[in-house]
Amino acid sequence: MKQAAQKKVAQFIGFFMLRTCLTLVLAILLLFLYDIGRKGGGAISWEFLTQAPRKGMTQGGIFPAIFGTFLVTLITAVLAVPLGMCAAIYLNEYAMQGRLTRIIRLSIRNLSGVPSIVYGLFGVILFVNVMRFGTSVLSAGLTLGLMTLPWTITASEEALKTVPNAYREGALALGATKWQSIRTNVLPYAVSGMLTGTVLGLARAAGETAPILFTGAAFFLPYLPRSPGDQFMALPYHLYIMATQHHQIEQVRPIAYGTALVLIVLVLGMNMTAVVIRYRLRRKRR
Amino acid sequence: MNVETGIAKIETRDLDFYYGTSRALKRVNISCYKNRVTAIIGPSGCGKSTFIRTLNRMNDVIPGTRVEGTILLDGKDVRAPDVDVVELRRRVGMVFQKPNPFPKSIFDNIAYGLRINGMRDKSKLEEVVEKSLRGAALWEEVKDRLEENAFALSGGQQQRLCIARALAVEPDVILFDEPCSAIDPIATAKVEDLIETLEKSYTVVIVTHNMQQAARVSDYTAFMMLGELVEFDVTEKIFTNPANKLTEDYITGRFG
Repeated sequence: MKQAAQKKVAQFIGFFMLRTCLTLVLAILLLFLYDIGRKGGGAISWEFLTQAPRKGMTQGGIFPAIFGTFLVTLITAVLAVPLGMCAAIYLNEYAMQGRLTRIIRLSIRNLSGVPSIVYGLFGVILFVNVMRFGTSVLSAGLTLGLMTLPWTITASEEALKTVPNAYREGALALGATKWQSIRTNVLPYAVSGMLTGTVLGLARAAGETAPILFTGAAFFLPYLPRSPGDQFMALPYHLYIMATQHHQIEQVRPIAYGTALVLIVLVLGMNMTAVVIRYRLRRKRR
Repeated sequence: MNVETGIAKIETRDLDFYYGTSRALKRVNISCYKNRVTAIIGPSGCGKSTFIRTLNRMNDVIPGTRVEGTILLDGKDVRAPDVDVVELRRRVGMVFQKPNPFPKSIFDNIAYGLRINGMRDKSKLEEVVEKSLRGAALWEEVKDRLEENAFALSGGQQQRLCIARALAVEPDVILFDEPCSAIDPIATAKVEDLIETLEKSYTVVIVTHNMQQAARVSDYTAFMMLGELVEFDVTEKIFTNPANKLTEDYITGRFG
């Protein structure tokens, strides 16, 4: 009898602690969103979203930064999505699962933990100097792409692992080649997970400052980038400038908060897209 | 262990199989006769599933495994360098332990094997789908719902769907790897009936842990233990008058 009561108390304490942790995390997150929403909400207007900054960036909008972030993320996606997915397919489906593959996989996991500033410096050397793309949206996009690749590969591989082996064997047993079994019986069921992971990686890239700092992001530009060789303005970098580098920091504070809000909404929007993609594809499967 | 007769469709000679360094099959010699049902029985881990999977080289996809000895299909070594494993698997179909329909419609499941071989003709596909489903005694149950997802079928129907899917590519041999272990008794009875009708057109090999099943459906039975073939004979003989003491102990339920 006594033991049963003790067990119940232990269970209560256990669940209580878990619930407290969750509540705490949620509270911090909500507080953070609330604060930015409250302080940045006032700055948001049609003009803010569609106009260029004016008067030493104390007035006007942030359209060039929104456009620049969009552009650089697009280049990131063009590099990271196909390359990452194909590498994951090779690693999970074709590569001999031996020591070499394990080392490669471990290296990829480690790369995803490398600080983003290191990618930034690497991007300067490789894309800006060696490949002579200059400080440009192309160099920055490729640098972000490199940074995103480990995430894309890892997420895609995890998605491929969730496809039951029975689908592969079932296809092979009917005389399918390995590629046929992958294309018709593995990829259709892994692709939603692969895309989800990829979009999450891209959302992370869109919010990064360090990798674009030396590779192409500009403090201020009077024009929009017209080619991949041009420099660009980007939301995270713009935010950094507005928050710490501007000569009239108090005056531009609302703009900084507005920029932060736009950036967060953009990233959340991308994450929501990932959720929607997954949901849609899952439903189609049923 | 010379048993009569017929033409050996599949024949293994001194078949050895290794998972890494552990030896799962030891010099196994079994013949599966044309248009007959051969059952492989034995306790768990005796190598019966490993054996059947060597016949269509399904074990090739498991890393770190090795085959030694000879597997003949129509007298030709299936591991010869000029044998196309894809074509081999089309000729030697397989039905797995757990029903594994693809998450596609019933129609697309059956048509899968034809489509990967380049068949595009819609009316021909329809014809084969119907024929295969009839062959698997499933047509009457699903003819009005071919576009439904195969997961909507019951477990037993799913397994017959997998049989129909195997029939669609017109194999010579069908391997059953414990096909009834994941379905209920009524569905099992249907699958067993089906296996008996298949023998007219196909050579059937079935792995089962269910001795009654082996007795009911098969013409020949092989009893395996610890990777070795203990006894191979006409099913009736195995179950009424086994030559080996181990076989007798197993079929009378003294172990297993």
